[in-house]
Amino acid sequence: MTTTSYRVAGRVGESVLRPDGIPKLTGNFAYISDLVADRMLWGATRRSPHAHARITKLDVAPALAMAGVVAVITQEDVPGNPRFGQVEQDQPVLCDGIARYWGEPVSVVAADDPETARLAAAAIVVEWEPLEPLSDPEVAVETDGKVIRQIRIERGDLSASGTVVVEGTYATATQDQAPLGPEAGLAIPDGSGGVDLYATTQWVHVDHSQIVDCLDVTPDQVRCHPAGIGGAFGAREDISLHIHLCLLAGITGRPVKMVYNRTESFVGHVKRHPSRMEYRHESDENGKLVKVSARVLLDGGAYAHTSEAVVANAAFFVVGPYNCANVEVDAIVVRTNNPPTGAMRGFGVVQTCFAHESQMDKLASAIGIGPLDIRRINALEAGDPLATTGQIIEGSLPTSRVLDALESIPMPEFETTDDPRLLPGGTGRTTEPSSVKRGVGYGLSLKNLAFSEAFDDFAEARVLLTTAGVEVHTAAMEVGQGLVTVCQQIARTVLGIEKVAVVFDDTSKIGSAGSTSASRQTQMTGGAVHAAAAQLLQKILDDHDGDELRDDGVYLTGQLVATIADICTDGPIEQWVQFSHPPTEEVDSKGQGNPHAGFAVAAHRAVVEVDVDLGLVRVVRIDTAQDVGRVLNPDAAIGQIEGGIMQGVGLAVMEEVVVDAGVIKNPTFTDYLLPTFLDAPSIEARFIEEPDHWGPFGAKGIGEPPTISSTPAVVAAIRDAIGKDLTRVPVRPQDIVGL
Amino acid sequence: MIVTLKINGEERSVSAAGWESLLNVLHDDLGLPGSKAACEQGECGSCSVILGDTLVCSCLVMVGSCEGADVTTVEGIADGDDLHPVQQAMYESAGVQCGFCTPGFVVAAKHLFDHNPTPSAIDITEALSGNICRCTGYGAILRGLVSLADDGERE
Repeated sequence: MTTTSYRVAGRVGESVLRPDGIPKLTGNFAYISDLVADRMLWGATRRSPHAHARITKLDVAPALAMAGVVAVITQEDVPGNPRFGQVEQDQPVLCDGIARYWGEPVSVVAADDPETARLAAAAIVVEWEPLEPLSDPEVAVETDGKVIRQIRIERGDLSASGTVVVEGTYATATQDQAPLGPEAGLAIPDGSGGVDLYATTQWVHVDHSQIVDCLDVTPDQVRCHPAGIGGAFGAREDISLHIHLCLLAGITGRPVKMVYNRTESFVGHVKRHPSRMEYRHESDENGKLVKVSARVLLDGGAYAHTSEAVVANAAFFVVGPYNCANVEVDAIVVRTNNPPTGAMRGFGVVQTCFAHESQMDKLASAIGIGPLDIRRINALEAGDPLATTGQIIEGSLPTSRVLDALESIPMPEFETTDDPRLLPGGTGRTTEPSSVKRGVGYGLSLKNLAFSEAFDDFAEARVLLTTAGVEVHTAAMEVGQGLVTVCQQIARTVLGIEKVAVVFDDTSKIGSAGSTSASRQTQMTGGAVHAAAAQLLQKILDDHDGDELRDDGVYLTGQLVATIADICTDGPIEQWVQFSHPPTEEVDSKGQGNPHAGFAVAAHRAVVEVDVDLGLVRVVRIDTAQDVGRVLNPDAAIGQIEGGIMQGVGLAVMEEVVVDAGVIKNPTFTDYLLPTFLDAPSIEARFIEEPDHWGPFGAKGIGEPPTISSTPAVVAAIRDAIGKDLTRVPVRPQDIVGL
Repeated sequence: MIVTLKINGEERSVSAAGWESLLNVLHDDLGLPGSKAACEQGECGSCSVILGDTLVCSCLVMVGSCEGADVTTVEGIADGDDLHPVQQAMYESAGVQCGFCTPGFVVAAKHLFDHNPTPSAIDITEALSGNICRCTGYGAILRGLVSLADDGERE
């Protein structure tokens, strides 16, 4: 007799395909912008044409008088808290008489069709007294009430000094997440004062609490539903059209849908903070860091959003994955009349990583050692204290292994070509092959995983065994990253049952999963699913005296002892878990303490070719090694790495929201450049698997690190090619040719 | 005006202003939401359809100019439950994440393979450079379609 080993397909570690892949490929997946409802109205928004101005006249009567217009509302129509915000409630639902940024919503309209809604929004009479916009964050630092948060870090001996000193001032521009799906929402009134909302988001529960507060209703009257969404990358972390739609649905008693166009999307969501950073690194003669001092200034735009947490990340990761005993930091985020900023992939660490990596290269070159040498000499590893806060790194942090793996990837040959598609100028055929110079550069980054600074960070999940298979319930947002697949894999692996469905519940049915951000959902919601499934398995095995669960029932020493129907005699068996990561602390007045739950390190090597005459860059290749804890789905992990790198490449060489006196000059895909297929470098990635101290199967979050150190690697490669001291991103043609 | 189109092989008539975009008419009036509005400037390719034999951004085409035209949208690419080879290739290579750009990639890739069953990697890259993807970084899409082209070579 032969025995075959029992195995469930689609477990952890396999490249399981997405359950929503086929509907997405055939055009049948329902995004929020595709939803419709009976008697549905369309919403449109009237916005401020000024970055800072006072309303002197506001008359909605001409809009209301138009045929097909059902409602027009202003700030006076907000029944509850007139302000919202997930950290500080400082932003008016609709303009409170003063517009504080270009494009701030003044009034919203509901009408029978989108054209009428847009015409009605335009027909509202608004007269303005323009005010001087505060557009320089340095001026904001000196202005009363404009500092959102300031963090001071003092660690070690601040009088310490090194024999080698390098200084630099760096800047990063505003970057837009540019998710392909613009903001969209559909609010459906329930006929008894409540509302169901389907809207682009990364966290339905944090939307829910703000909506309830502004509508002045009870929590059970608002139900926020996870729904189909075209990307996020931080853009959906804050409220956009959510409260507007709920108000319009309440007032009209009819479903109301709103979809932003691309320009509205640019003004309608927060962006990556632009930064200005002054750095001083001091080392001994061998390159070992003695002291790092830095001042970091972030522009938070008009309202607070998540700026308090972004500046903390910028401050705590000011040194990067390096040991240094003496550190002094001032990190400040201010209010201005520039476009609001908040979360974007990398969350504050992108900015300081560009600066610290530029400094490390500068230091290596001052000492006369290589870029990998300086990073190895100073590498922060598990058990070392974080240079800024002094927190001892718990769990895994294989920094040296990551560097070794990156170095082991062969370098591509420099092939001369006449094919314009492979030259920096592309098919514009502008580049002379003889003008092309190649450069190579490195970047190394450290990122915190999940929420920090004593935030009560948890995720709920419910796992059920039914006669039809397993159901995993969560309110987590699947925004494209692949959480849906990972949840299936975890449940299959733990329970031994192949058929697993993930059900995305609204806020009335399950507690918060926390935000789809901070690289956290695989660890947090994945952790909750893992714990719930493990407890459910134990309960089932205990109840039926078995030692294994399979697709058809409970087994004891290889013999079936209870079928699934037996187990579910009284209905589905379920387990509900609220999962939290290890507790974190607030830092003290000198920035010392244990604010983080976990860390991940990543390294990138960029190869670029630069047309030195025209200042054009082609990123030929990016190789990377990333500390991932444990890979749950290799293809999906590669997808996060490649997609994240492309956003880092974008910031390095093309992506910039151009802002002039608070006004965005390029709020379209024609003028805001995104990397296309032809801009995409070939990428080779190595996973470094050292299981972390928490998270399912030792997995770490993987979404953000690829975006963080790819940017400085590309810039270092351009410097290597042209020998110029590039200090801001994106690097523009004029920065390369020196105009 | 009443515009009659042959969409995915089926004749459909729709009442629309002639200046409306083909995209809006497909998405909002004809119950074909697969084509996506992402930039409405012809930059991102999310609304790609095949008009006659030409790959177009349906956001840039006035529906009034399409009278009698053959239109292939993403909904018309698969054969019932059988995915088109470009769909199968992108599915298996994990070339789909959020999926908002995916319909446009499917349509553009089908158009490419219809005209060149064995494109090189750089041919694929160039042909799809009018389609923006913000999630995948293009690598998985390229791997899927290169492997499909390799299969074409072997046949």
